[in-house]
Amino acid sequence: MTPTGFLQRDRLQTLLDRLRERGYRCIGPQARDGAIVYDDLKDASALPVGIGSKQAPGRYRLEHNGHGRCFAWSNGPQALKPLLFAPRETLWRVARGTDGGLRFEPESHRPERRAVIGVRACDLAALALQDAHFTERIADPGYRSRRRDLLLVGIDCGHPAETCFCVSTGDGPAVTAGADLVLTELDAGFVVRSGSDAGAALCDELPLRAATDDELHLADAEIDRARRSQHRRLPGRDLRDPLFARLDHPRWAEVAERCLSCGNCVAVCPTCFCSTEREEAALDGGGAEHLRIWDTCFSAEHSYLHGRLLRPDTERRYRQWLTHKLGGWHDQYGRSGCVGCGRCIAWCPTGIDITAEAAAICADDTGAVPGISPGDGP
Amino acid sequence: MTTARTVPDPPCEPPWESEILSRSDEARDLFTLRLRLTDARTRTAYRFVPGQFNMLYLPGVGGVPISIASDPDAPETLDHTIRAVGRVTRALADLGPGDRLGLRGPYGRGWPLRDAEGRDLVMLTGGLGCAPVVAAIDYAVARRERFGRLVILQGVKHAADLIWRARYDAWAELPDTQVRLAADHPTPQWPGHVGLATDLLDEVTFDAERAVAMVCGPEPMMHAGADHLVALGVPPERIWLSLERGFQCGVGHCGHCQLGPWFVCRDGPVFRWTDISWLLGTPGF
Repeated sequence: MTPTGFLQRDRLQTLLDRLRERGYRCIGPQARDGAIVYDDLKDASALPVGIGSKQAPGRYRLEHNGHGRCFAWSNGPQALKPLLFAPRETLWRVARGTDGGLRFEPESHRPERRAVIGVRACDLAALALQDAHFTERIADPGYRSRRRDLLLVGIDCGHPAETCFCVSTGDGPAVTAGADLVLTELDAGFVVRSGSDAGAALCDELPLRAATDDELHLADAEIDRARRSQHRRLPGRDLRDPLFARLDHPRWAEVAERCLSCGNCVAVCPTCFCSTEREEAALDGGGAEHLRIWDTCFSAEHSYLHGRLLRPDTERRYRQWLTHKLGGWHDQYGRSGCVGCGRCIAWCPTGIDITAEAAAICADDTGAVPGISPGDGP
Repeated sequence: MTTARTVPDPPCEPPWESEILSRSDEARDLFTLRLRLTDARTRTAYRFVPGQFNMLYLPGVGGVPISIASDPDAPETLDHTIRAVGRVTRALADLGPGDRLGLRGPYGRGWPLRDAEGRDLVMLTGGLGCAPVVAAIDYAVARRERFGRLVILQGVKHAADLIWRARYDAWAELPDTQVRLAADHPTPQWPGHVGLATDLLDEVTFDAERAVAMVCGPEPMMHAGADHLVALGVPPERIWLSLERGFQCGVGHCGHCQLGPWFVCRDGPVFRWTDISWLLGTPGF
């Protein structure tokens, strides 16, 4: 993506205005309830100006830094996931007629143009994985409908958290694919690049001026600094074979002593896709609504099979999660299911670190991970 | 996997209405519902291959995956043999002729019957594992000339658990066909073997090197059966097993049947032994 221009900070509102004129509902980051959340963005002044965040295993705190930037925080608990893979969704409704007959009605999906402002590279990588899961082979109608009308304004990440490791997974901090428009935030404003025809058309309507060499250099330096600030890493990009070769590793039992099986990691993970179906019967007994809600492989019910549980304990549930995320995904989607966003580390109540667990399980006696070249990762 | 078993991926859609044509009580808590899709066009378009399953659905109660136990050449009526063990199956057990329920499917990939043509067939089943296999047996019996010897082995825990006795008796009358039954706990009149169905593999005649085996039952039984078949000389890549997991969506989206590299509902439920032997039997998978 080549730079298209420079948008002065005080003209950021024009981006929202142009999107709204094109019929987009704008969604963007805001500080609320002590976290960065994505919600309807009426005005650029609602962006989290001057706000940063500090994250560590089991810890997430916003801080007021007094600067003028509005994207100078590391990711909050939300990703794009809830906007597309709805946490709770009706799949169909059924009514029973007086003759005992059943009439099924699929849930209708009203098209709605939505534009998300300020999407990080890790979340765009996660979106590509969710797209593969929900649309590539057998398309989920609701997901497909919401995805079709989505416009994405990416933001290069200049402020990774201490828990971030997207460099190691190859997914960040710069936005290289998946966005219609990409911004790099500097003090004076934004270097703007278009990533699609829709993004290029939008650029034509923005009050852009040419970016100076100095601004382009500063933009590169932002990304370079973000890259060098990350010290966490997974021991390799493909841990499938070492993980499945160590299903009886003692670390599984050890991590299960610390894991509460709460499922927070799954809820904040931008790629986890498990769901469970629920039935809500009408009070008059005449019909029902069939729902799909987010599920977690850390729950007991997730492994229910005619009267028994395949995974009755935390050890087996944690192993299921990690071997799928870092192992089975390679078979199913051609890459790991981890994009290095670090959310599962920050939002784990006991601070379990996926990078530390993977390293402990995959390492041999010398500490090296077999089959992983030393040059892999950052 | 083979192209012969490839069927179109099912769409994500609500169930269709179906009607119970008849109900057979097979044993205690075990019954068969014969269903017919009520919409004529849907009924005409519906096709399945032996080994696939449907999701049966009751409004206000929920859904449950049940394999199709009837003849694939007569897909306008669909038999589902069900054990009443959970919330949904107990509600289904209260139904009878004329009642309506939802049906969506068929899901998954079935038995490799095309690839098995010209070969001896060994059908090794345990308990209700016979249900996903009877449609394959019916398929082979209806095209008897296309297959070599047909060996049917069924094991049950208690002799009283044996269902479809008349079918086994009828199959036993066919040429080049051997039917043997086993029970761990026999009754005084039990005509079959006392012990495991896998024991019977040593007592029947088939060309191991050219045989195809289709195995369905409790996983420890399938594991032992596959090992036994390999020991007899059946090539491991021609041993097929049908697995069961907590299927909900049927299309590989909900994650409940994730197993190593697979979604069992979509990539299975029928798997080649060489594809899954490394993971099957590991507690928690």
